[in-house]
Amino acid sequence: MTSIGTGYDLSASTYSPDGRIFQIEYAGKAVENSGTVIGLKVKDGIVLAVENLIHSKLLVPEANRRIQTVDRHIGLATAGFLADGRQIANRARDECASQRDLFSRGPELKTIVNRLGLYVQAYTLYSSVRPFGISTILGTVDKNGPSLHVIEPSGVSFGYHGAAIGKGRQLAKTELEKLKLSELSMSEAVLEAARIIYLVHEDAKEKDFELEVSWIGPESNFTHVHVPNELYKEACTKAKAALETFD
Amino acid sequence: MDHFPSNWGRPRNDAIDQYATYPIHSRPKDSFAEGVQRTQQPIVTGTSVLAFKFKDGIMMAADTLASYGSLARFKDVQRLHAVGNHTVVGAGGDMSDFQYIQNLLEQLIVDEISAQDHHTLSPAEIHEYLSQVMYARRSKIDPLWNSLLVGGFKDGEKYQPSNPRRPLPLTVYLRFLAYVDLLGTTYSASTLATGYGAHIAQPLLRKAVESREEILTEEQALKIMEACMKVLFYRDARSLNKYQVATITKDGVKISDSKTLDTSWSFAENIRGYGAQTQ
Repeated sequence: MTSIGTGYDLSASTYSPDGRIFQIEYAGKAVENSGTVIGLKVKDGIVLAVENLIHSKLLVPEANRRIQTVDRHIGLATAGFLADGRQIANRARDECASQRDLFSRGPELKTIVNRLGLYVQAYTLYSSVRPFGISTILGTVDKNGPSLHVIEPSGVSFGYHGAAIGKGRQLAKTELEKLKLSELSMSEAVLEAARIIYLVHEDAKEKDFELEVSWIGPESNFTHVHVPNELYKEACTKAKAALETFD
Repeated sequence: MDHFPSNWGRPRNDAIDQYATYPIHSRPKDSFAEGVQRTQQPIVTGTSVLAFKFKDGIMMAADTLASYGSLARFKDVQRLHAVGNHTVVGAGGDMSDFQYIQNLLEQLIVDEISAQDHHTLSPAEIHEYLSQVMYARRSKIDPLWNSLLVGGFKDGEKYQPSNPRRPLPLTVYLRFLAYVDLLGTTYSASTLATGYGAHIAQPLLRKAVESREEILTEEQALKIMEACMKVLFYRDARSLNKYQVATITKDGVKISDSKTLDTSWSFAENIRGYGAQTQ
């Protein structure tokens, strides 16, 4: 980095003279080093996909998954520190449980995202804690249709049609922009998501990775689940084939 | 370090939560703040639930009435509740307590889904959970005023003890049917009935079902159920001629729309000795 904090980066509770909080920016760096995560909001559903970098060949397949289920109809994927992702998912589950307890119905994602945003933001205020080293993509399908949100380490959150976080986000975003998201079917979206993840992985080819894809929509009975095996395999094969023709 | 941001900058009550280990929604409250309140009697109640085993699974039925004392107050209440894809819970007794139980079970299933471990709760596990909840509540002298039937059908594994050369487990489908009530009492049988039905319908069910569990088809089972519900409607003053039937088979849970019983009351005019007749 060009301007390293020089004394103003030791605590999240101190501004630098030009009004920045370096600890939050460093948390952003932790996200940028992580494998890419994308989320697609399509015609009648949500697809989440993760480039899960495998740091050791000794790991059991499907260990350390980065897409988590928060409620029946809410999925969450994180880029950054895996353990921080677990913490945010547990917090999200608690928030959902509390909403269910109060209102006896499935929680709205907007409420959950707002509350998680407040939670993440609270970790940017005190010298005794560090901000979350993750960006989080949350997706749901409810009576208002599909919706997709991203929460950043600063605590801000936005709604998106297509979202990308992590190392390959720039390329992933350009690829997402080329798609007509609102016209894609769920299974088409899975194929596209897989293609994009394989594509952005090209730059870090020396590292192994595991593709992780989940969806919410009519095909999954409006619950958040990982995509069925046949579709997953088809997506991987087609993604690899598309790479050959891309260059 | 206190990891709950809502506590930051706020004085901590060391008497209750010394290490601030509780998340916001479950932070302990002063139990005497609103006075101690306990259920002393059921208010809005449902009557009998019937259930038995048949060839392909479990059948359960309950009428759709929720009474307020002797008043037939709510006539379209569903007393059969599906839990996950393999289990149905049917409830008699206090309907608000039953709704509370439904919420508990819903959260239980959501937690199970969130774990993403490819495990789903079996009927036996759900029954065990309910029995623990019911017993814990009665031990607080604040019972959930219900009698519940838990019926289900799920694939499981069975080892073949008779053939040690083939230790591979066989996948078998297991029918499950058991009872639990406000005291935490549990038992299991191939026919079960709660409430008034335990007196009136249980003998009929035993006669019709026992020793024929592996033979009865769904149609035959439905006939038996209808006959019992009819007798109950004639005899039980807190019952209704509208009822629902749940069938749990290897294809999952199916809860019917409400059916109406066809009953005849022409015998009533020949009854003497009650009411306003003069002779």
